[in-house]
Amino acid sequence: MNPARLSPVERQGFVRAVTVMCALGLLILVVFMISMNTGYIRLAPLDIIKTLLGEGTEKQRLILYDFRLPRIVISVMVGAGLAVSGCILQGIARNELADPGILGINSGAGLAVILFLFYFPANEAAPVFLLPLLALIGAGLTAALIYALAFDRHEGLSPMRLILTGIAVAAGISAAIIVFSIKLDPERYQFVAIWLAGNIWGTNWKFVLALLPWLFVLLPFVFYKARVLNVLSLGEKMAVGLGTPIEKERLGLLAAAVGLAGSCVAVGGGIGFVGLICPHLARKLVGPKHQFLLPASALAGGLLVILSDTLGRSIFQPTEIPTGIVVAVIGAPYFLYLLAKSKD
Amino acid sequence: MNTNKDTAMDSKSSLSNLRSRPLAGTLVLSGGIAALVIGLLVSVSVGAADIKLLTVWQAVFQFNPELTQHQIIQELRLPRALAGALVGACFAVAGAIMQGATRNPLADSGLLGLNAGAGFVLAVCFAFFPGISFSKLMMYSFLGAAIGAGLVFGVGSLSRNGLTPVRLTLAGAAVSALLVALSEGIAIHFQISQDLAFWYAGGIAGTKWEQFNLLLPWAAAALLGAMLMSKSITLLSLGEEIATGLGQRTGWVKLGAMVIVLVLAGAAVSVVGSVAFVGLIIPHIARFLVGVDYRWIIPVSAVLGSLLMVLADIGARMINPPIETPIGALIALLGVPFFLYLASHERREL
Repeated sequence: MNPARLSPVERQGFVRAVTVMCALGLLILVVFMISMNTGYIRLAPLDIIKTLLGEGTEKQRLILYDFRLPRIVISVMVGAGLAVSGCILQGIARNELADPGILGINSGAGLAVILFLFYFPANEAAPVFLLPLLALIGAGLTAALIYALAFDRHEGLSPMRLILTGIAVAAGISAAIIVFSIKLDPERYQFVAIWLAGNIWGTNWKFVLALLPWLFVLLPFVFYKARVLNVLSLGEKMAVGLGTPIEKERLGLLAAAVGLAGSCVAVGGGIGFVGLICPHLARKLVGPKHQFLLPASALAGGLLVILSDTLGRSIFQPTEIPTGIVVAVIGAPYFLYLLAKSKD
Repeated sequence: MNTNKDTAMDSKSSLSNLRSRPLAGTLVLSGGIAALVIGLLVSVSVGAADIKLLTVWQAVFQFNPELTQHQIIQELRLPRALAGALVGACFAVAGAIMQGATRNPLADSGLLGLNAGAGFVLAVCFAFFPGISFSKLMMYSFLGAAIGAGLVFGVGSLSRNGLTPVRLTLAGAAVSALLVALSEGIAIHFQISQDLAFWYAGGIAGTKWEQFNLLLPWAAAALLGAMLMSKSITLLSLGEEIATGLGQRTGWVKLGAMVIVLVLAGAAVSVVGSVAFVGLIIPHIARFLVGVDYRWIIPVSAVLGSLLMVLADIGARMINPPIETPIGALIALLGVPFFLYLASHERREL
């Protein structure tokens, strides 16, 4: 978008959006420094900068590069992916309460992972590379199921019905997860329980590499489709009137949302509410245009998850509270606040 | 939207439902009780060790403590089967009252945060007071159910358009997510997570006479209270204006209904854990069978709820022996399609 050709009002919006995004970026940087500093061994900010510039001791380098940095990078990526996924879902469903967690996409991914652990318990090495793919398949199948169940031939896709169906499917999948997880042996169960609660467990550069391609492909695609999302969020009739092939576009965007949520859940576990709060916060800050909304949501998501991860690691030392739990404790009250305020 | 046609169909179908059906009620009730008795007998006789019905009879009425089979029946199977029946009745009646008093066809103690609230408080108890007695646990469970319900209804009624079914369901989902997250955090911190998972999954396997004896007075009192209030709830289910117009003090009725629901759900959850959907499915079936009069719906719900729970418990033992499939999961697998069906046919009629 070329700022020179915009009208004054649009220019104002543009400036505002850029300011907000810069502020969010700065905040991420601040939390990043704090997060680097949090853990068993404290590192002073100056030491961190030194180490990043290549002048730290062996031990400092080990802590930063092998333990903290990958985890922090992953939490920012997971947050961004989930937030954008939620932003897409809210645009498609035309409902501010849509979120991959509430719609059951996270639990679908979780079920796929549990089934794998249940039927192939001996394979210790495989999950690292297989889990993201499995989670993706689970998320995709769940999304397809919800879409099929909520779709009505006469009325199309009613937003509230989509959400109710999602809640019900999520309840069913949670039941199935319980059936399988109780039969796991305690050690494996602990892993699953923490994974489901949403923990950034892949603290390894491999996971960064596993997640990166998804974000690299899907985020630009979604940003490119921002205009379509703007039209879709006006409502079905309006979108048809403006000449948008809604079914096709909606399916494409839905697939992107599922891809983002699935790959993020695979690495970050069942973190809910990120996709709900962040688009909201972003909408308050930069307005409803998806060109600004999507990147702002991504930044807000990164910030929320890195913040929750830092809090989870530091509040109850030495226990690590899974990130998902911290996010839920922040997110659920916000959701309830939105619910109390919404009009329809 | 073809609103006119819908309304016409609504009024037609509700007219045919609007009479209470005492004959159908009596039939369903007696049939249900008979089925329940048979279910209980089967439940007592099947399991890891199959026991003949004759032996069951003898164990109950001519108990001989020297026989292992008699002991199994007296100590393990009987309290379990009876507790299952009682808990099923509690969940179903709690659901029926909630659906009637809030005019919300999607109401259920599991979906509206009561079970999660009780679960949260129990997690706190497990973590901080590990040796707590069961009677105290039950008290805390009531408290937890009240917290969950208070949050859900509080948020629901804060909004401008009041308590719509969808809004309550959403608030229930969010409150449950919050409380479950908090319980999980506690469980992970104190390393009691698999204990808690068994409990969440819902199970009546370990029920002892001690628990049953504590459950019985609460459940019986609340069920009796529900019967006494059934007429007021029928009025309330017609709409608040109508109920007020007919001279009802709706505030008191609602308060009474709420207390009964909290006791029912809290007591049931403290025994079997979080079992959702019984309170959703059963009242709908009851309403379908006996019409809209809660004087019939409540007893029929109690009997059918017991029956469902006893059958589900038998199923839970039979599916994959010797491992017990969690009963809550089993019922959820029945309940989810039912919920979807209701959600897609959701119109404001009861």
